[in-house]
Amino acid sequence: MAKEMMKGNTAIAEAAIRAGLDAYFGYPITPQTELLEWMSVRMPELGRAFVQAESELGAINMVYGAACTGKRVMTSSSSPGISLMMEGLSYIAGTEVPMVLVNVMRGGPGLGNIAPAQADYNQIVHGGGHGDMHPIVLAPASVQEAIDLTVLAFDLAEKYRAIVVVLIDGSLGQMMEPGELPPMAPLKTAIPDWAVRGGDDGKRRTLSSIYLNPPDEEVTNLRLERRWQEVQANEVRYKEYYLEDARYVVTGFGSAGRIALSAVRAARAEGIPVGLLRPISLNPFPRQVIADLSERVEGFLVTEMNAGQMLDDVMAAVAGRKPVEFYGRMGGVVPFPDEILGEIKRMVNGQVPMSGHPRDRWLERMPRAN
Amino acid sequence: MQTEIIIAGFGGQGVLFAGQLLAYAAMEEDKAVTWIPSYGPEMRGGTANCAVVVADEEIGSPFVKHPQAAIVMNLPSLDKYEALVAPGGVLVVNTSMVDRPCQRPDITVVEIPANEIAERLGDRRMTNMVLLGGLLAQLPVVSMEAVDKALKEHLPERHQKLLPLNRQAMQEGASQPARV
Amino acid sequence: MDTAQHELEQVVYQRPESLMEVDTHYCPGCTHGVAHRLVAEVLDEMQVRQRTIGVASVGCSVFAYNYFNTDFVQAPHGRAPAMATGIKRCLPDRIVFTYQGDGDMASIGMGEVVAAAARGENITVVFINNANYGMTGGQMAPTTLPGQKTTSSPNGRDVETQGFPMQAAELLATLEGTSYSVRRSLHDPKNVRMAKKALRTAFEVQARGMGFSIVELLSVCPTNWGMTPLQSLKWLEEAMIPFYPIGDYKVNPALAGLRF
Ligand SMILES: Cc1ncc(C[n+]2csc(CCOP(=O)(O)OP(=O)(O)O)c2C)c(N)n1
Ligand code: SF4
Repeated sequence: MAKEMMKGNTAIAEAAIRAGLDAYFGYPITPQTELLEWMSVRMPELGRAFVQAESELGAINMVYGAACTGKRVMTSSSSPGISLMMEGLSYIAGTEVPMVLVNVMRGGPGLGNIAPAQADYNQIVHGGGHGDMHPIVLAPASVQEAIDLTVLAFDLAEKYRAIVVVLIDGSLGQMMEPGELPPMAPLKTAIPDWAVRGGDDGKRRTLSSIYLNPPDEEVTNLRLERRWQEVQANEVRYKEYYLEDARYVVTGFGSAGRIALSAVRAARAEGIPVGLLRPISLNPFPRQVIADLSERVEGFLVTEMNAGQMLDDVMAAVAGRKPVEFYGRMGGVVPFPDEILGEIKRMVNGQVPMSGHPRDRWLERMPRAN
Repeated sequence: MQTEIIIAGFGGQGVLFAGQLLAYAAMEEDKAVTWIPSYGPEMRGGTANCAVVVADEEIGSPFVKHPQAAIVMNLPSLDKYEALVAPGGVLVVNTSMVDRPCQRPDITVVEIPANEIAERLGDRRMTNMVLLGGLLAQLPVVSMEAVDKALKEHLPERHQKLLPLNRQAMQEGASQPARV
Repeated sequence: MDTAQHELEQVVYQRPESLMEVDTHYCPGCTHGVAHRLVAEVLDEMQVRQRTIGVASVGCSVFAYNYFNTDFVQAPHGRAPAMATGIKRCLPDRIVFTYQGDGDMASIGMGEVVAAAARGENITVVFINNANYGMTGGQMAPTTLPGQKTTSSPNGRDVETQGFPMQAAELLATLEGTSYSVRRSLHDPKNVRMAKKALRTAFEVQARGMGFSIVELLSVCPTNWGMTPLQSLKWLEEAMIPFYPIGDYKVNPALAGLRF
């Protein structure tokens, strides 16, 4: 297949369709709307299900119902809409039905704005929905990665009967880049045994997230946790740049990660031995990779478009072995490579203290408006 | 090798499309490329800009602060981007829409009365193509042929008859003198 | 200016005190501005500006709080009637109104508005029906007409898969707690005058503690309809009104004989 120039939003939509999406449910919200609009054209054209729901609450529960039939289903939204979906996501996790969710993050909290941000990391990676639940979270940084990870998302969702979130920020949704779409996969014909079907095979199937008897609920939780161990063992993904001889490591995901790549190259051009680790699976998090790096490098710089959410996971992995610094921009403001380069130099030239919290040091450096 | 270009002007001046053409042309030449629009509240206010990065390796930041080149199609864009073009870079100015010269001595400046040229060619919508021609003459980040091909592939059916005019507009722009 | 001339002058147009002296961000020809002005005039006439709290919704009117010269809050998408309920229950002697679009009130917020009306919540809802989602770029709304093309019903709303439009004024009129539910239009001066009267009545309902009041205002969105302002006024009149008849769907009998 030849390369095509696509916006991240439409690339994800078309990739999902090519991956055999049976049903899409969504509600308009910027900067994700092109995805829904693409679906509104393509899905009916292909004779597949498309519903513009009355709300994100409606959308996620339509997905819940559709997922119970064992079909390939997805929804997409942006931050405020994702907040509304949390209840449904928890039910879906508790019922162990597969689904794909795309979150095109924007500035917040609250109504915020429609500019790119990464401030839903904690909500998505560390829960949001109630109960012990572990969505698989994939964070592409380019249109091609968005396509590939969307296709992968459906496979992982089905393999682990899990929620898989493709987490991008508004800029990747709006950006155009060449990408190669997969060929059109046929729709699934076999449905998993657990799926409700109203069939006459003599089996009655029920799907629910209620386990009134606590020991039964505990058994369910144990099953979910053991399955999550499997995910942690098999599904860690990340990309390394210039790490072979690096003495310092910059790390960031999605757009912040690719912006950092420019900064790392600029630093390399000045002879600074720095590399980049860009986590692709945010959940499971490449904890061991970071732990291993912390044995041989001198320091880490975490860069995000939030107030240091992935930072906590990096710090847990580094476990105090080496200094960690943080640089973030928030509220829809994007860091430029020269800002990150400045931070790299500060880290390399100065002594980064092991005491205190990197977030506090970062806040100290940020301007005070009031 | 990486080249960064910003195109800025009012909405409706073909700013985003000119950027997309560059991107399509770069893809045509098998280069890595990103195109990113400004989006958000400013969209409604009427100003528009986009950043295009063309490279021969995986592109890092699609966001650009100090581009190697900028096309500014109106005065607010000149005011904003004149100072931001990297030293030694190129600034293409649509003099039809600005009332002052560019002050930077350390960059190549191409001043083009693009609205007038487009009108003389008989179609005001060619303004962006005139300026794009002016840019490519100084900074051949993609070939005119590739742009031509991109145009052919991405102009809507009903505008295909405008292909020769687009080409002529680019050439007019390319023949404008530059101040180094 | 000499006094003689001054005495001859008559004020025919003045910014209501309840509107701020700022330019709005609405598109040329958009009737959101007209609706704002009518509400402001009513608040002025009733002299309640300084005891009014507005609740802005999510949609093109999200910045209503910048335009009304009254206290204002801004609700999550669709939740304005719930926020208004909270405010009214804490400050029962204030005038509390929501200003909501059709996506906001009739789609994501249908639950909240129905519940508020059923409770007979003593608030006023100003409901702008422009047959699409303006702010997000013209997607289908619950009010989109059958066959109407939008960015999410590119082949025209197909009632088979996308359902029928929602007639909010009629629907809310069926609830016991609703005192006043009417539909008006903003497409010409006569209708604008009728709309203002209805808004006045709605706020008077609230001032008298008579429960839930709503005025649905048919409005234009030239930008997303892809029309000139004039064309859009004509489209409203010719395409929308047949489906959304102007009328009174519920008027509390206790209002009979009241003149404002
Ligand atoms: C929870 C949530 N979902 C979606 C959105 C995106 N959104 C913003 S405005 C809007 C629609 C507004 O349309 P309408 O209420 O008809 O008002 P109009 O803009 O037409 O005046 C939507 C869906 C949001 N802000 N929050
Ligand atoms: S988009 Fe439509 S509703 Fe919104 S301000 Fe413009 S004309 Fe009015």
